[in-house]
Amino acid sequence: MSPLYQELLIAVVKVAVLINVLLVVFSGMTYLERRVLAFMQFRLGPNRTGPFGLLQPIADGIKLFFKEEAMPEGASRWAFVAAPIVSIATAFTAIAVIPYGPPQRVPSWDLLPEWLRGREISFQVADLNVGLLFIFAITALGVYGIVMAGWAANNKYTLLGGLRSSAQMFSYELSLGLSWVGIIMLAGSFKVADIVNSQAGGFWNWNASPSRQFLAFIVYLIAGTAEVSRTPFDLPEGETELVAGFHTEYSSMKFALIQMAEYINMITVAVLVSNLFLGGWHSGIPGVGPSFFWFVGKVAAMLFFFVWLRGTLPRFRYDQLMHFGWKVLIPVAAVNVLATATWVALVH
Amino acid sequence: MLEAILFYSFAGLALASAVGVVAQRNPILSALSLIVTLCSLSAIFGLLGSPFIAALQVIVYAGAIMVLFLFVLMLLNVPRREEGDGPRGVLKGVAILLGLLFVVQVGAVIAAHGHAAAPAGYEATTQSVAQLLFSSRFLYVFEATSVLILSALVGAVALAKKDL
Repeated sequence: MSPLYQELLIAVVKVAVLINVLLVVFSGMTYLERRVLAFMQFRLGPNRTGPFGLLQPIADGIKLFFKEEAMPEGASRWAFVAAPIVSIATAFTAIAVIPYGPPQRVPSWDLLPEWLRGREISFQVADLNVGLLFIFAITALGVYGIVMAGWAANNKYTLLGGLRSSAQMFSYELSLGLSWVGIIMLAGSFKVADIVNSQAGGFWNWNASPSRQFLAFIVYLIAGTAEVSRTPFDLPEGETELVAGFHTEYSSMKFALIQMAEYINMITVAVLVSNLFLGGWHSGIPGVGPSFFWFVGKVAAMLFFFVWLRGTLPRFRYDQLMHFGWKVLIPVAAVNVLATATWVALVH
Repeated sequence: MLEAILFYSFAGLALASAVGVVAQRNPILSALSLIVTLCSLSAIFGLLGSPFIAALQVIVYAGAIMVLFLFVLMLLNVPRREEGDGPRGVLKGVAILLGLLFVVQVGAVIAAHGHAAAPAGYEATTQSVAQLLFSSRFLYVFEATSVLILSALVGAVALAKKDL
């Protein structure tokens, strides 16, 4: 096999594994979110399907699969069908350039073909020179899924939901981008793997620690939550005023795809927080080596944090949301960039 | 081989969606086609070995500017143009003439320079773009541009808010 086809084959296998793992984590999250949220509110949550209700995601999937597909009258056919596709495609693409662990060597078993033995495989689909910029670009495109869904359905509630979410996204995208600038300057690279490796050697080297980029960490947590429209920033689908916001008119598998895209975006933010601010696969204790499991643990903690937020905080009002984004978050992020730039210029 | 397939599919997509921008009667569908055009152009930049420009193309044009376009279009709710109220005869003639002129110009450039290719192994990474931008050659132009953008920003705020 020529080297090009070897690379392609490895990439295809990585993509297949990544998509399947993400789908499993997604269905697990739908169950865990409902269950944990229920416990927080002194309820039981889904506990009838299978042991502890563990088969609930499968039952939900089957139910959605057999539901009738409905398209409202006067809807824009193309945009209505394209919106969930755009959402899910951007969600999967953004997470493809993030590494999950240190590169590993393939063991040289006789079963494997010659070219695969001892080859170094990185734990990410594509290692781009512009890593973080690429993620930023793709999440910026993800807005269109929501905007198109809101506009195409020809319904005033969905349109309002779409408008709200586009305004919210481009307001919080600014502080999200600014919160990355500091860690990019400290690591001297856009590559996520380089940023993770710049945090090795103990938890005080993590970007989330007060000696590094604590302010950026807080700003990114808030902006990231707003970017994926989780409570307290879930205004685009505020059910008390907008029915269900931009996805009101979606049913069956299209609804499932939109839901899936939202969860995968949430996973992306959790993965990014643990890689950019919590040291990724490096352990916080000096002397303990890096491992894939540290990364998994940090991501799981972040996902729990998002559910916890939903069980704790009420929703923002729209004017509060805009005020907070433009007048508090962006100035804080900008000051942090200035301070970090001064520090980097003085030290290096 | 693979590169050629990718190039022609993205180039075809860019052309088809560019035609879509003009041919659509609904302004929002036009804007959506323009986004597809910008994204395919970004893919071509990526194929040319400049991932930085590709990412910027999507962030700035497809991401930021087109969201604002769509936002305004959706807020104003521009009515779709019906059959018949398109541009009148004279305008159509001028448009066709200008289009032909453009085709001739592009043909002349291709005929004169043939197939220009990027030097082998060249990659416009973030570093190389930054070094060029902050070299003494472009530094002052670059800084002057940012002052220009800042003054435009201040001007927009001053116009929008009568009593500051």
